[in-house]
Amino acid sequence: MATSPATGLPRWEADPILIVEHLFMRFGGLIAVNDLSFKVGRGDITALIGPNGAGKTTVFNCITGFYKPSEGRLILAKGRAPTPDEIAEVTRIGERSLTGRDAGVYLLERMPDYLVSGEAHVARTFQNIRLFTGMTVLENLMVAQHNALMAASGYSLKGLFGLPGWTKAQRAATEKAKYWLDKVGLTDRADDPAGDLPYGAQRRLEIARAMCSEPILLCLDEPAAGLNPRESLELNTLLRAIRAEHGTSILLIEHDMSVVMEISDHVVVLDYGTKISDGTPEAVKNDPRVIAAYLGVDEDAIEEVEAELHTESSAPGASA
Amino acid sequence: MEIFVQQLINGLTLGSIYGLIAIGYTMVFGIIGMVNFAHGDVFMVSAFIALICFLLVTTVLGITSIFLALAIVLVVAMFFTSLLNWAIERVAYRPLRGSFRLAPMISAIGMSIFLANFVQVTQGPRNKPVPPMITDVIVLMDSGSYQVTLAWKQVIIMVVTAALLGGFWYLVQKTSLGRAQRACEQDRKMAALLGINVDHTISLTFVIGAALAAVAGTLYLMYYGVANFADGFVPGVKAFTAAVLGGIGSLPGAVLGGLLIGLIETFWSAYFSIEYKDVAAFSILAITLIFMPQGLLGRPEVEKV
Amino acid sequence: MAVQTADTAAPAAPAAGSPSLLGHAFKDALITGLIALGLFGPLIGFETVIIDGALGLAYRPSLLAIMVGIVFVGRLLLNLTLWSPNRRPSTRTGPSVFDRIGTAVGPGVKPALLAFAVVFPFLSTFLLGGLNESRYLIDLGILILTYVMLGWGLNIVVGLAGLLDLGYVAFYAVGAYTYALLATSAPINDFFAGLFGATFWANWAFWICLPMAGVFAGVWGMILGFPVLRLRGDYLAIVTLAFGEIIRLVLINWVDFTNGGAGIASIPRATFFGIPFNAGPDGFAALFGLPFNPMHRIVFLYFVILALALLTAFVTVRLRRLPVGRAWEALREDEIACRSLGINTTTTKLSAFATGAMFGGFAGCFFAVRAGFVSPESFTFDVSAMILAIVVLGGMGSQIGVAVAAAVMMGGMEMLRNLGFLKQIFGNDFDPSLYRMLIFGFAMVAIMVWKPRGLVSTRDPTIFLKERKAVSGDLVKEGHG
Repeated sequence: MATSPATGLPRWEADPILIVEHLFMRFGGLIAVNDLSFKVGRGDITALIGPNGAGKTTVFNCITGFYKPSEGRLILAKGRAPTPDEIAEVTRIGERSLTGRDAGVYLLERMPDYLVSGEAHVARTFQNIRLFTGMTVLENLMVAQHNALMAASGYSLKGLFGLPGWTKAQRAATEKAKYWLDKVGLTDRADDPAGDLPYGAQRRLEIARAMCSEPILLCLDEPAAGLNPRESLELNTLLRAIRAEHGTSILLIEHDMSVVMEISDHVVVLDYGTKISDGTPEAVKNDPRVIAAYLGVDEDAIEEVEAELHTESSAPGASA
Repeated sequence: MEIFVQQLINGLTLGSIYGLIAIGYTMVFGIIGMVNFAHGDVFMVSAFIALICFLLVTTVLGITSIFLALAIVLVVAMFFTSLLNWAIERVAYRPLRGSFRLAPMISAIGMSIFLANFVQVTQGPRNKPVPPMITDVIVLMDSGSYQVTLAWKQVIIMVVTAALLGGFWYLVQKTSLGRAQRACEQDRKMAALLGINVDHTISLTFVIGAALAAVAGTLYLMYYGVANFADGFVPGVKAFTAAVLGGIGSLPGAVLGGLLIGLIETFWSAYFSIEYKDVAAFSILAITLIFMPQGLLGRPEVEKV
Repeated sequence: MAVQTADTAAPAAPAAGSPSLLGHAFKDALITGLIALGLFGPLIGFETVIIDGALGLAYRPSLLAIMVGIVFVGRLLLNLTLWSPNRRPSTRTGPSVFDRIGTAVGPGVKPALLAFAVVFPFLSTFLLGGLNESRYLIDLGILILTYVMLGWGLNIVVGLAGLLDLGYVAFYAVGAYTYALLATSAPINDFFAGLFGATFWANWAFWICLPMAGVFAGVWGMILGFPVLRLRGDYLAIVTLAFGEIIRLVLINWVDFTNGGAGIASIPRATFFGIPFNAGPDGFAALFGLPFNPMHRIVFLYFVILALALLTAFVTVRLRRLPVGRAWEALREDEIACRSLGINTTTTKLSAFATGAMFGGFAGCFFAVRAGFVSPESFTFDVSAMILAIVVLGGMGSQIGVAVAAAVMMGGMEMLRNLGFLKQIFGNDFDPSLYRMLIFGFAMVAIMVWKPRGLVSTRDPTIFLKERKAVSGDLVKEGHG
């Protein structure tokens, strides 16, 4: 799955959609990300994992333009893998991107956040869900199609007079929203305020909303956090479907190892802002550095400790 | 040169008064994150309380020592103004805590309008002049044509301000009240869980802010010798500007900002145009907020994603 | 302290023991009375009066006693009735009465209000028995509609985009001065006199300047908005307040350009699309075969402001359903999420700011043509505060709420002018109009404490699949910028 048949190289080497090169992020004296380089394969599901405070979300914020990296290059390749010449060219000319008919190279570190989403088509979700809670589910999905609709409404002029071009675009946008509502199982709740949805549904809606902006790379910040096992499974199915049906590459941060090992093609492990392992789930799982730094002990030991904790916490109640 | 030194003295005097008012803004913003729009009017009311008390002390009680009279006026004004600000917080702001963000702000604007008009209705719209007090001056420089003078009342203003700030600094930095206050600034819920009476602490913040505003009001009355119901808004905005310039939430910043605003205002009036002195103050406010929202001594805010 | 005691002690107080309850209520009221004495004592008990050029004191012990007595008795009564621990606490949740009324009669309210607004001049003329007799009511209608329009304009900025603007009056001023300066400009008059005749500019100035005033105000909105829109929350409010004051101070001090504090007088009046309202042969009355009556102009002005207000409402309703309007609301809900969806928040905020400013400019132009006189006096911070209070009281984002709030506030303020009968009670020195702003300030506080989210707090979705459900106000955010 993760290897390219032509070259035998893993896909993230043969056909990367995102190349992170020597990324540094400093906050005052603190170095949150330290010389990080990795690649995300086109059509892969890539997981970025690491202990708390390893700098995963900071990397996300750099990729999606919310932080300006202190140093480093973030190359997004649309359509096909870029040649080194193309990368050198766009870096040299000082533009944000170099686009052709079916391919494009974007330097994300040069783009403000809204262009990373609007032009480079990198969408993201947030660790603490950020829905428009006072707007309905359907409205959330319409807002996600803002740029396309804005152009269709003639920057509000056509829309103000209700011209046919606009109404058609609006109908198409509604259809797309309906498609995604159906995909995440929220069709029945389309007219309810997003803030009224249960937690798991809010997570799904946030993914649907990101997908409505037609991304080529979808960045998910802990999509399974707070989900119960059944919802976790549904999430796996949803992510696989997104990749299979839309060809969207997915980069996700996740703590839930069952999700990570189950669905990812490629895992990058971060600790203290540096990469300590990079490879297939199998390779990473058996990497001694990961076991040492990330897990510390193997999973059985964790379960043992948890069981112990559980008996301890119930013990005082019994003795009292 | 002489003019420069004279303006420096005048500016520092005015700046002391702004600094005292600015502390009220900065403390309230620090602890509940609201701009207390009514604070300038609280300052104005305190000047009226001081005026009435001064008249009572000098005419009815017949105290002739001006320093004794001033001391009594100061204490009385601080007491009644604190009571007023306590009541304002209790009635107009506390019920709105934790609700809609705009609500306390609108409430404060309403309170500001109410206070100004309350004074207008009860005391009349005209300027209330007091006979000049303490007119002695020290001549610092004399170039023949221009005398640089330091009035005794300017000395009083600076000394009183410095002394009160010292005491206040001790209160906030070294006492348990100060610790409670800083804890509430950081995290009100957590402070409450740790047994700090948050309502109490916030009330005390308003009381302290009002007491300092009352000092400013008394000194203002002594210095300018006039009180008017409309004199709350503009000094209030300038003091707020001072708080912002110094870095809102920072106490030394408020004082520093106050002194700077006082200096800028006097120098602007002396060297450029007196008509546009308020425009200068408002422009500084806007420019500071736009280009340096953290102020001189404040901490920059990092956007959390 | 007393207030606190009442609140915290309430659940603990025994419901059965009525003597202790009474005692408690009495004690609490007494403490409140003492606090009131402390609050009112200095300023009500004493009056500073100027006697023979020197300042002296007058005493008002009876007035002070009355005020403190009112507080004491009021508190006591409240303690025994509304705040009594025996009273069952109302467990009302969900939408408020106004919201329920709003949803129940919602579809009928808007047309009914509109119909009332349209027939209002004729109705008042009919009921009061003549055009001249209804002048006061129609003037009041014009005033209210002006504030409805201003409220709707500001609603775009505050209610939809969640940007707190305390300097809205600046755009009102820009609109008013645009018309005042252009319409009284001699060179422009001479220029058009040479082309279309001597009276052309006087007759057409309003209709030509109206769109220009809107455009100018919108441009000013962008100029002022651009630097400040990075700011959040209260900072934005303060900077907009500063800009509002700067514009007013410049209007006062730039005497060569604006005639300073004296203002600009004899601004050309509104015409019926070029036909002046005068008694001459070319006047409105003569051309339409009516007996000349100066009220024709007033009624016409009423319909002009009604049309302008409706234009504001129409454009707002339309924009809300367009991507730009949804982006405004999304911005209010979560700016960071907006940016993650490719929305350029700077231009979105600017468009809200400029659109709101434009309507403020229209309203300002109307103000100038109605009054025939503008001066910086009319554009103080109080006006901004009043418009903002209307928006917040109405319920941010709700058109109908804002309209009702404007009618209540402006109507209420106007009624205070007419409390002449109180003179018979309090004596001839009593001037009720002095109390207008006092009561206004008090009402702002009281309304916020009573209904922080305004009359209509629910939000109407802009699009729906099956069923239009109002969004509860608790979920709607108020914005951070």
